[in-house]
Amino acid sequence: MSLSKIKFDKKIVLSFWIILIALIIAAPTLLPVFRLNLLGRYLSLSIVALGVDLIWGYTGLLSLGQGIFFALGGYCAAMYLQITSSSEFPNNIPEFFALYGVEKLPFFWEPFRSPVFTFFAIWIIPALVAGLIGFLVFRNRIKGVYFSILTQASLLVFFNFFNGQQKLINGTNGLKTDVTQLFGQMVGSESMQRLFFWITAILVIAAWFFAKWVVKGRFGNILIGIRDDEPRVRFTGYNPVIFKTIIFSIAGGLAGISGALYTVQSGIVSPQFMTVPFSIEMVIWVAVGGRGTLLGAILGAVFINYAKSLVSEALPASWMFIQGGLFILVVTALPEGVLGWIQGDGPRNLLQRFGLKRKIETYPSLEVNNKEGNNE
Amino acid sequence: MELLLDSLFNGVAIGSVLLVAALGLAIVFGLMGVINLAHGELMMLGAYTTYVTQLIFKLPILKPFYNSYIIVSIFLAFIVSGVVGILLEKTIIRKLYGSPLETLLATWGVSLILQQFVRSVPLAYGTGLIISLLIGLFLPTTFPSKIKESINFKYFKFSSWIFAALTGVLTGNIISSSVSKLSRASARNVDVTAPSWMRGQVEIIGTAFPKTRLMIIVITLISVIAITLFLNQSAWGMRIRAVTQNRQMSDCLGISTEKVDIITFGIGSGLAGVAGVAVSLLGSVGPNVGGNYIVGCFMVVVLGGVGNLLGTVLASFGIGIMTDLIGAGRLLSIWPDMPLPLSNTINFFATTSMARVMIFALIVIFLQFKPTGLFPQKGRMVES
Repeated sequence: MSLSKIKFDKKIVLSFWIILIALIIAAPTLLPVFRLNLLGRYLSLSIVALGVDLIWGYTGLLSLGQGIFFALGGYCAAMYLQITSSSEFPNNIPEFFALYGVEKLPFFWEPFRSPVFTFFAIWIIPALVAGLIGFLVFRNRIKGVYFSILTQASLLVFFNFFNGQQKLINGTNGLKTDVTQLFGQMVGSESMQRLFFWITAILVIAAWFFAKWVVKGRFGNILIGIRDDEPRVRFTGYNPVIFKTIIFSIAGGLAGISGALYTVQSGIVSPQFMTVPFSIEMVIWVAVGGRGTLLGAILGAVFINYAKSLVSEALPASWMFIQGGLFILVVTALPEGVLGWIQGDGPRNLLQRFGLKRKIETYPSLEVNNKEGNNE
Repeated sequence: MELLLDSLFNGVAIGSVLLVAALGLAIVFGLMGVINLAHGELMMLGAYTTYVTQLIFKLPILKPFYNSYIIVSIFLAFIVSGVVGILLEKTIIRKLYGSPLETLLATWGVSLILQQFVRSVPLAYGTGLIISLLIGLFLPTTFPSKIKESINFKYFKFSSWIFAALTGVLTGNIISSSVSKLSRASARNVDVTAPSWMRGQVEIIGTAFPKTRLMIIVITLISVIAITLFLNQSAWGMRIRAVTQNRQMSDCLGISTEKVDIITFGIGSGLAGVAGVAVSLLGSVGPNVGGNYIVGCFMVVVLGGVGNLLGTVLASFGIGIMTDLIGAGRLLSIWPDMPLPLSNTINFFATTSMARVMIFALIVIFLQFKPTGLFPQKGRMVES
């Protein structure tokens, strides 16, 4: 990497931070509550996108099942909120249980009476589930497309489970949070939503620093090594299983935090969070923003979701076409994503095409590792 | 005994739908290492083809042949999905060769577009579009070799595409003016009614089997036999097997891997269309119909291993029979006085959705012992 490029990167990052902080400070006063709430939701989605970037952009594991961990985090938060606000209902349990004739709280609800437990459960439970799934899959050296479709299948399994169990977690209706109480205030109220926006904004930045710290140094190098040539990492004496499991459960934990924040801002958690399209969308946010850039994940999540809400308001039918086209376009024409394109040779090439910049003459890069050789 | 037979039949029926749906996916995956997420949507196209064929056969000219429409639609569905698959391969998948994860995402994009296409374009014009694609792709290949080799071939190609477009628009208009149900776009589900000879039940050894289920088993059987014969007896089948085993070596020996890819992808997609016909007999047809089956197909591919039809067959019947055993709680009726905790557990899983949960858990356990499926490919590769 040349010196000028490093400066360029720093400039981008710095200007991004200035814009971001300005936006966050300005947003609550500039935007109406509805839009502010949307922005808060999209910012919370950018945390799950950061996790996807860690496992896909850095480690090369394409998970199509991040919705599991996202929804688990959301359910943890919603269960706590439901149970603390259930004192006026019969049997002191959440209202929906009466519909199915359940009189005793299911055992796994009990610990969620404690706010401390919930605080940890939101990220530890998804991380543990992710670690378990990851370990069972990675242990057998299952990877590539196999890994992707196994995560998708487990997503469907969780969806079926949560969708079918009315008596345990209200099944397909999900758990509502907007009429519950937190700190003596309604969660759906305007002041609470503002508070959640601030918390989300701070956590996004914290998550970004955390992700940055994870990919820095030797740990990050091994992740990139696994992405680029896993057998070589193994032959060098590292055990990829451990690293993959750790990074997968980190991504799961991030997804859990993201899901909890999203739930309290959207007012409901339901098995819809575990549908197949939603989890694949998470991947496309990262792909469009630029994988392996972290920043791109945040930008991709926020901007694509904003575009989605704007387009769906104006032309409801066309969003599917646009989204489908985006998937195809970004993998065929822009494989590094928008940010990767800017950071790489993209702008230079574009300017060259119009004759605005001089061509640099170099040797063509040698094809060292024949791509067709490593059939995965 | 009767119970067991009943259960076995149900399992085979579920398994045969899975099999015919997963067959194409497995062949393509074996050859190119690519999972086609639009496979479910190709099935959906097949199901809609059945619906369109049914309505066209209700026209006065074709009315006498109405009873045979289902047979015709099997061939048409194969062609329709096959053509869309070939187009997909030529435009997108070929460019992403060697990066299977990117292909996964791109085909997901295709599946979104296909779903929305069915919702917002009238089926009559969709049919017209398919017809023009068919002509545009295949008309140039029928020209005599003198024209093909001439320098002006691209003009011939271009004019054949124009001809194809015109024919497509014309057919679309004809269909939309003669069949009113096809002239408007709708996101609603449609129903395919089986012809009279397929309704009702057949009795075999004292148990009644629905005829549509039997028909699906027959369709599956024919597809499996046909594909086995094709792969094992024909010259192109041999080339496909060669490329599946070792792509670079086959390429060196003069096999056109490009053509092999197109043919395989076309056949795989066509089989998805045939599966669509089978699916349309089971329930109503909608833009999302493929999504219900696709994950089951993935499980078959994962369980069956790569590049082995026998694995695919065994895996689908295994999953089918297990689904029925668990989902309908049949173990309870076979062994009525089992201990209470066990029967409670079985009752807990005795719904279709909970059966899926159980099956997936079983598959994950199975993969702990045999990570590459029932019949792994032999070889000493580092990557596998």
